[in-house]
Amino acid sequence: MVAILDRVFRDEWGRVLAALIGFLGDFELAEEAAQEAFAVAAARWPREGVPTNPAAWLVTTARRRAIDRIRRDRTLAAKTRLLDVPEAIEDPDPMDQTPFHDERLELVFTCCHPALDTEAQVALTLRTLGGLTTGEIARAFLVPEATMSQRLVRAKRKIKAAGIPFRVPPDHLLPDRLAAVLAVEYLIFNEGYGGRSDLAAEAIRLGRALAELMPDEPEVHGLLALMLLHDSRREARFREGEVVLLADQDRSLWDHEQIAEGRAALDRALALRGHGQYVVQAAIASLHLEEPRDWPQIAALYGELAQLTDSPVVELNRAAAVAETEGPEAGLELLDRLPLSDYRYLHSMRAEMLRRLGRLDEASTEYRHALELMPDAAERRLFERRLASLGVAEPGARSERS
Amino acid sequence: MKYMLLIHQGDTPTPRDPEAWGRLSPEEQQSVYQDYKTVTSTPGVTPGEQMGPSDTATTVRVQDGKPLTTDGPFVETKESLDGYLIYEADDLDAAIELAAKIPAARLGGAIEVRPIVEWSQS
Repeated sequence: MVAILDRVFRDEWGRVLAALIGFLGDFELAEEAAQEAFAVAAARWPREGVPTNPAAWLVTTARRRAIDRIRRDRTLAAKTRLLDVPEAIEDPDPMDQTPFHDERLELVFTCCHPALDTEAQVALTLRTLGGLTTGEIARAFLVPEATMSQRLVRAKRKIKAAGIPFRVPPDHLLPDRLAAVLAVEYLIFNEGYGGRSDLAAEAIRLGRALAELMPDEPEVHGLLALMLLHDSRREARFREGEVVLLADQDRSLWDHEQIAEGRAALDRALALRGHGQYVVQAAIASLHLEEPRDWPQIAALYGELAQLTDSPVVELNRAAAVAETEGPEAGLELLDRLPLSDYRYLHSMRAEMLRRLGRLDEASTEYRHALELMPDAAERRLFERRLASLGVAEPGARSERS
Repeated sequence: MKYMLLIHQGDTPTPRDPEAWGRLSPEEQQSVYQDYKTVTSTPGVTPGEQMGPSDTATTVRVQDGKPLTTDGPFVETKESLDGYLIYEADDLDAAIELAAKIPAARLGGAIEVRPIVEWSQS
């Protein structure tokens, strides 16, 4: 039973909370009411059984609780949308399971409103749609729980005080606002990709929900595809704590079911004529999973992506693909045009290309340069191994760093 | 909802600085006037009074019961408030859209949007 409750809680929290915020017009009140309803469920369901539509039951119960609370506090009532609610709704049958409108989309656009700073957007999205507790979010982002709690409280108060609307933005605002939502989703994913896989899973859950709620937006499917494809290799990316590069990964560790789901999402995005940055990145990720890799096609897509994003990091990846098709000199030539002298992967990539050209001394210098810029221990060890495999003696031995 | 839009000119060329203002083309100058007209005549907008330049400001503090004055604005001159308007709008999105139409927002300044606290309902 506890397992069922946990699952319902995870699955339905966002939907239930969204409906309550839509009804009450107040994040804090809605959250309290939702928590109360889940507590009632935890007490009753083991005795009476799980209702056929748990979410509707929870919403109805939470509304009733919220109304009770408001009746006790008239000043609060004056400040909520409840005044407009017809009399009949004030005393619903707790077992009434009328379907309710899914307002998660309104909720996600409100949480990712550009008037909130990005940290607040991320925290609020995880709390409200993901149903993570404040403590869980704090641990995921390595901040004290009190800090995270303050961040959430401030964001919720600002939404109310500043009049951030609870709605799906109108067409003229939608492209920018959807980009903000996707950016939050991808940021959560990338936090998870760096090791905290629960966050990656959470981002994918959000991505699936968004794809269901906005089935006609190619970038929504594109981002979902991108995350699924990246995440499918999670088990293969590390071996005994060491980073394993894609070419050396054990393919039997890849999640092939998830790859298929990712490719299906990519196909949907392409069928919708998507060619935005997430769709292109997903297409590249999909090509990277093929053996042998279609490097000319990958290079062409990186070229397209570079035009969309104007990012030198994308150009760097294009250089790597070009090096595979046209040879390391062509790759080096592209790398040398990039304004990335403090970027560790510029140096590690130059090193790889120089190594292939047999210019081992230069390769060794570049590896050392890259290592100086690497904060992550597992990554450092990977490049230390590459450096050692060159068999080039360290110049100036040990005194150079002192 | 009611919002106060606080206009900070920052580096925006204005007629108060003829030299900077002169660097705008006549068309650009015309569009600045036109845009302010559009903004102030938007339904829901109550235009603010025109404020004198920030170098005419006097800042007052009270210490030991006595008013203490300093010559100039409270914040740095560059960050000082140069104008304001009140906007009665549906929500923050509408207020942001109006703020984006104020020329200072695109010419080197910024607009701060602040909700006005309303007590009438309680």
